[in-house]
Amino acid sequence: MSFYDILQTWEAFPFQLRLQGYREVDVQRALGKPKLDAEDLLALLSPAAGNHLEEMAQRARRITQSQFGNVIQLFTPMYVSDYCVNHCEYCSFSSIYDFPRKKLDMQEVDREAAAIAATGIRHILLLTGESRKDSPVEYLRDCVKVLRKHFASIGIEVNPMSVSEYQELGTAGVDSLTVFQEVYHRETYANLHVKGPKRNYRNRLEAPERGCEAGYRSVNIGALLGLYDWRREAFIAAMHADYLQTRYPGCEISLSIPRFRPYLGDFQPDSEVTDRALVQVLLAYRLFLPRAGITLSSREPARLRDKLVHLGVTKMSAGVSTAVGGHSQEGGTPQFEISDERSVSEIREMLYRNGLQPVFKDWDILVPN
Amino acid sequence: MQDLFHIGGKALSSRLFIGTGKYNRNTLIPEVIERSGAEVITVALRRVNPDWEEENLLHHIPSHMTLLPNTSGARNAEEAIRIARLARAADLGNWIKLEVIQDQRYLLPDNLETIKATEVLAAEGFVVLPYMSPDLSAALRLREAGAAAVMPLGSPIGSNRGLRTKELIQILIEEAGLPVIVDAGIGKPSEAAEAMEMGAAAVLLNTAIATARDPLGMAEAFRAAVAAGRLAHLAGLGPVEQNAVASSPLTGFLDEVGAEA
Repeated sequence: MSFYDILQTWEAFPFQLRLQGYREVDVQRALGKPKLDAEDLLALLSPAAGNHLEEMAQRARRITQSQFGNVIQLFTPMYVSDYCVNHCEYCSFSSIYDFPRKKLDMQEVDREAAAIAATGIRHILLLTGESRKDSPVEYLRDCVKVLRKHFASIGIEVNPMSVSEYQELGTAGVDSLTVFQEVYHRETYANLHVKGPKRNYRNRLEAPERGCEAGYRSVNIGALLGLYDWRREAFIAAMHADYLQTRYPGCEISLSIPRFRPYLGDFQPDSEVTDRALVQVLLAYRLFLPRAGITLSSREPARLRDKLVHLGVTKMSAGVSTAVGGHSQEGGTPQFEISDERSVSEIREMLYRNGLQPVFKDWDILVPN
Repeated sequence: MQDLFHIGGKALSSRLFIGTGKYNRNTLIPEVIERSGAEVITVALRRVNPDWEEENLLHHIPSHMTLLPNTSGARNAEEAIRIARLARAADLGNWIKLEVIQDQRYLLPDNLETIKATEVLAAEGFVVLPYMSPDLSAALRLREAGAAAVMPLGSPIGSNRGLRTKELIQILIEEAGLPVIVDAGIGKPSEAAEAMEMGAAAVLLNTAIATARDPLGMAEAFRAAVAAGRLAHLAGLGPVEQNAVASSPLTGFLDEVGAEA
């Protein structure tokens, strides 16, 4: 049984009705429990919990300190190819946009990697658009070989693959996988993913478990908040993480909290995710899943990120460019507009100022070269 | 007479081992070492960052300390063995705190894989200190495999829940035939003292100091608690009774005036 089957059981669940039905007492009960269940999670995502954010934050902070300490791990995403065969309504790399596409050759990958490594970053996240022709597994494997020279941990955020493809990259040195479902609500998913292999909902939904099967050390999932009702989406994403944690106890499961950002086109999000809503999601994730990593991207503005680091976040990106070759070359089309444009050293200083230690290295690649 | 404690060919006078994770800045570490009086400090190899002096944990550890690199992140014996070898290759010495954890939710150790890794690493000349669930047969197998001590958990890592496994740890202390170092779960100085009173050889803790409001004050509190617990153990605790005990209710008559001499 995969998470797909579990998700089916939630299809007919009256989320709206239940979410509106929670009262303060339900939220307080959830906050008083040492271990939260699905019902408690839903209560914490309900409108009633909106009045308890401070209490939730206090508890989230305590849990995070005891589980992870006063530290935040830093990483940088590295875009190597923006060729993409998908048409997704919310993304600038979408195949319908006509801009000069770019793919780094190995010399360029090496230069880009060196530029990022020079900032002190040791954890890299390799990203591509989806194109089996332009960024096939062999290309990614070659990139990984180059990245190994510069980094202590290599993650991938690429198109969904099979277990054996993930294993092949694992053997090359990849230890973690990021794959966002974007939106768990099926109808919305079908509407937003107009063309291309990404239309295959189930294939994407089951990619994280294939990464776990492949023996990856960590798997990071997420819902792109704002594409559909954020309360329901956050609930399903947390259930997904819980499923992965239970089924694959050897894998560190993390959740990202990406919020929809402006991009090339004019798609407008379905549900507005305010700062309060984002905080509520972050806190509910932490309280429901005390051991899960929580990743904060540079999509969020600096003023907000500086506050969110105290509420349960364990990893954040720094020194980000979402354009291919953006660290070592001019030009390029960013995938989305980032908001926190600060350099690695500025983020480092910010964390120290906030009483948190930036962790640059938290792994060693164990597979032989 | 000095109460020394021998392990891996070293004589130690402090029975408090400390960690390096979870501090809000590494520059606190030298002061924590000083205030805690610790002589052994554990370091996750995964966090050792030789490329950046200022951000490198090792840079903040005085040279008189005995380094205890740990295999944090290892999910099976094979990964633990690789990490231990990397640690030795990185000049961190031949002591290794063996952590093999398959369960990321509670971070409970995998005794079976830990035993396998201990066999290999002890044969390679490592001083192996395995983190384990307090189980006597596992402890005996670890001894057979060449472990220098066993490090049972008091409760899950970072939980600060204290000595939840007290009865089982007591059995290890009595039967394992190896020094028992209580590792993980100790949240309060009183709990560290309790472990020492029970006869533990030492305690290892990190979270309780690193996440205290005043880590330096807490380091000192633990130093005193460990020393007090050890003194109490050496002095021999009195027996524990449920009720108050009158001095001799049954045989007192024997001492009464007029009793037969």
